[in-house]
Amino acid sequence: MEVSVTVNGTVRSADVEPRTLLAHFLRDDLGLTGTNIGCDTSSCGACTVLVDGRSAKSCTLLAVQADGAEVTTIEGLAGDDGLHPMQQAFHECHALQCGYCTPGMVMAAVSLVDEYDGLDAAGVREGLEGNLCRCTGYQNIVKAVLAASE
Amino acid sequence: MTDTLDTRTLDDSSPFAGGIVGKARLRKEDPALLTGESKFIDDLVLPGALWIACVRSPHAHARIGSIDSSAALAIDGVVAVHTGPDLADAWAAPLPCAWPVTDDMKNPAHHPVAIDKANYAGDIVAIVVASSRYTAADGVEGVVVDYEPLEAVVDLDDAASDRVVIHDDCGTNVSYDWALIPDPDAVDAAFADAVHHVTETYVHQRLIPAPMEPRGVAAVPSPHNGDMILYSSTQIPHVLKVMAALTLGMPEQKLRVIAPSVGGGFGCKLNVYAEEIVCMALANRHGVPVRWTETRTEAAVSTIQGRAQRQTIELAADADGKLTAVRATLLADMGAYLQLVAPGVPLLGAFLYHGLYDVPAYAFTCRSVFTNLTPTDAYRGAGRPEATYAIERAMDSLAIAVGVGPDEIRSLNFIPTEKFPYDSPAGLIFDSGNYQPTLDRAKELVDWDGRRAEQAERRSAGSTTQLGLGISSYVEMCGLAPSRTLAALNYGAGGWESATVRILPTCKVQVVTGSTPQGQGHETSWSMIVADQLGVDPDDVEVLHSDTAISPLGMDTYGSRSLSVGGTAVWMATEKVIDKARTIAAHMMEANTEDLEFSGGVFSVKGSPDKEVPLAGVAFGAFTAHDLPDGMEPNLEAQVTWDPGNFVFPFGTHIAVVEVDEETGAVELVDYAAVDDCGNQINPMIVEGQLHGGIVQGVAQALWEEAVYDEDGQLRAANLADYLVPSAAECIDMKMDHTVTPSTSNPMGVKGIGEAGTIASTPAVMNAVVDALRPHGITDIVMPASPMRVRRAIEAAGGGAS
Repeated sequence: MEVSVTVNGTVRSADVEPRTLLAHFLRDDLGLTGTNIGCDTSSCGACTVLVDGRSAKSCTLLAVQADGAEVTTIEGLAGDDGLHPMQQAFHECHALQCGYCTPGMVMAAVSLVDEYDGLDAAGVREGLEGNLCRCTGYQNIVKAVLAASE
Repeated sequence: MTDTLDTRTLDDSSPFAGGIVGKARLRKEDPALLTGESKFIDDLVLPGALWIACVRSPHAHARIGSIDSSAALAIDGVVAVHTGPDLADAWAAPLPCAWPVTDDMKNPAHHPVAIDKANYAGDIVAIVVASSRYTAADGVEGVVVDYEPLEAVVDLDDAASDRVVIHDDCGTNVSYDWALIPDPDAVDAAFADAVHHVTETYVHQRLIPAPMEPRGVAAVPSPHNGDMILYSSTQIPHVLKVMAALTLGMPEQKLRVIAPSVGGGFGCKLNVYAEEIVCMALANRHGVPVRWTETRTEAAVSTIQGRAQRQTIELAADADGKLTAVRATLLADMGAYLQLVAPGVPLLGAFLYHGLYDVPAYAFTCRSVFTNLTPTDAYRGAGRPEATYAIERAMDSLAIAVGVGPDEIRSLNFIPTEKFPYDSPAGLIFDSGNYQPTLDRAKELVDWDGRRAEQAERRSAGSTTQLGLGISSYVEMCGLAPSRTLAALNYGAGGWESATVRILPTCKVQVVTGSTPQGQGHETSWSMIVADQLGVDPDDVEVLHSDTAISPLGMDTYGSRSLSVGGTAVWMATEKVIDKARTIAAHMMEANTEDLEFSGGVFSVKGSPDKEVPLAGVAFGAFTAHDLPDGMEPNLEAQVTWDPGNFVFPFGTHIAVVEVDEETGAVELVDYAAVDDCGNQINPMIVEGQLHGGIVQGVAQALWEEAVYDEDGQLRAANLADYLVPSAAECIDMKMDHTVTPSTSNPMGVKGIGEAGTIASTPAVMNAVVDALRPHGITDIVMPASPMRVRRAIEAAGGGAS
């Protein structure tokens, strides 16, 4: 099936099998490998991207479901003037180690901060419940998201 | 935290004077990881590659009958289906086990693809080769295997009984018996004379390591010249190169192994796996790249699991509670086969069941058995979390028996600071330690006395939300390892590490390390060490690693060895380069070498402040080689291979505070303090980060994680929806502090910190849970302390029947 998705501001079209996951479409058809895949039960959140501005696990969507949508991946976050404030906060707070969960975690955090005003630590922890990290124990991730939300 | 016990990160004795080491520095690894630029194994673009998918036995124990591949082969895009018999000559040897811990250890042949019998649910019985990952997965559905199910052995005692023998050629399920009893008579005498004799039995459940990146492999052949590149999401590209060449039967010099960005390891990527050998063999057979990426559900059975042992620990003590002997007896689960270092994992704890306590008599024995479950092997801490758990849980029991507090029993028994270096009863020499301050500070951080008062108030008020406090003081041995010690333990390799430091003509620096990172920040830390020594900017230092063509010598990353062994090699190579540069600088300034000082990247002549030459001038001079001292080789480069003379022994005290809801059985972590000592700290930010993650992994063993199997050997927690890797919502902010007691085992005075958090936290949490429930007479909860288990324990104790 032909799908057409605006990815990081550019319209991208491809002919995909109907069963193709959005995550695989981004990675294998568009070469945007920053979106990582960490599970097969939509549990880990490593593949989180923004679909029409809201975070979504790209393994829970078929590529065809994103037809006509605007998708932002981790590759679309940093601008000409450097890292996005959330990426910068993750850097400054040492909120990543192996970095595999990081693209999804950053995208989920961007969406969380966008959706809620006045986030506190408990709110960040609750809001990121769908994104797993095995390295950091989350302490510095929470710190980074709070720093970026200010 | 500004209010710290020890504001230092470096002891005065540290060799670092450059102002870079010892201060937090942001990681140079981050920008690529934060933007998606980093390439993990599944990101690699390999034109023409075929994908494999594995047909795995659904039975824990079954004879393999006929295999019908016709439906798979009928699928457009499926190239081949290979069975075990097809591939029997595709490799030279079964999968390797590098640690024959005893001469008569039973080690059944572990074929990459099973030939006639599957020995665990997940054992590979056939391989589908296809043009895409989707098609390969479709192909698996089209392979029909005729199995004859056999009775599965899943229980450790059942395994040890040999009621059902899994491997006919072994004749028994017992792989080995191993003992460390330096003085049996002394142990017997101590127990005979003991006023207090504590005996406890604990179970370490099976854990799934679950790095966020599943494993992956790609083998890229050059059919006509015989070269092969093996990409693997591995912790051990160097070890893998040797073992894969031997296992496949190819010349080692033709094999290059590359670990791309690796998304966490925690021990489970310290192995030689079937899929690595299968991809290499099929790349040879099909003449094109062959690749595989593990799915998460597959990983639950196809990647090693950790812990899995039952331990009995006995303490002998005098009337005051002073320990006189410790005796530990283990029954450990190897799973269906012996993976790379599996037999040695329980034994890495063999030396530590007396913890950080001064104990005169010691005995340790371990029996390891086969079961029809996924093989076990190293998982963060590997043997040391188990040992620490046993002694730290039992110390609380001893405190109760003696009638003193858990803090007091520890203080009474800590190895006194003046006894270092300490000759341990298990035969080790502990390098350095000063334990009491870590306990004092941890108590302060959690307001120990205040919390005790609150606990008493809640109890007297009849609250059903009980408070519990748990202490865990630990010492661990890491920095694996002195090669001669490994020889004494029958390990199949050395414990050295290699480094090359190369100052380029423009005074930029390349560091080649045999240590292989999976998120620990080696590039940043190694840069800081070298920059501090050379007086250059850390950003001018590039650290090269994880590719055997670039870094041909290495022993890789596990056992918290990278800094104390690999980092030391880097430090020594840099010193060696400075020595050469000093000779050239002296020649340039027509001065004596011994009259030269090197500071801030400049060589100067003592007493002649106007005579100086910067390192950059020396580097360019070494490159042009126009005027070098007679006989000196051009360029500034040095290689060092460092074999440590001893382990390093980090230590600390962690305290957990939990609330236990007696009505629901729910346990909530409400406070946590960690006071650790890893000697001199290169980058305190990274030290703290390692601890954060390690602590949560250990808390997860106590409260959430378990690879639950049923009686047929079926894994009931095979994905991240059922296996409870904690999220941010279950975790809390931990209070961190440290002390600095430098190691004497290496010139940097550093110890390891990668595993310490995991080692310390599990017993802290479980001691807290039991402390909360002690009024019910409860002395143990089997891990993880789930609401169901806590409620059942309360009900069994006759309480809370509501």
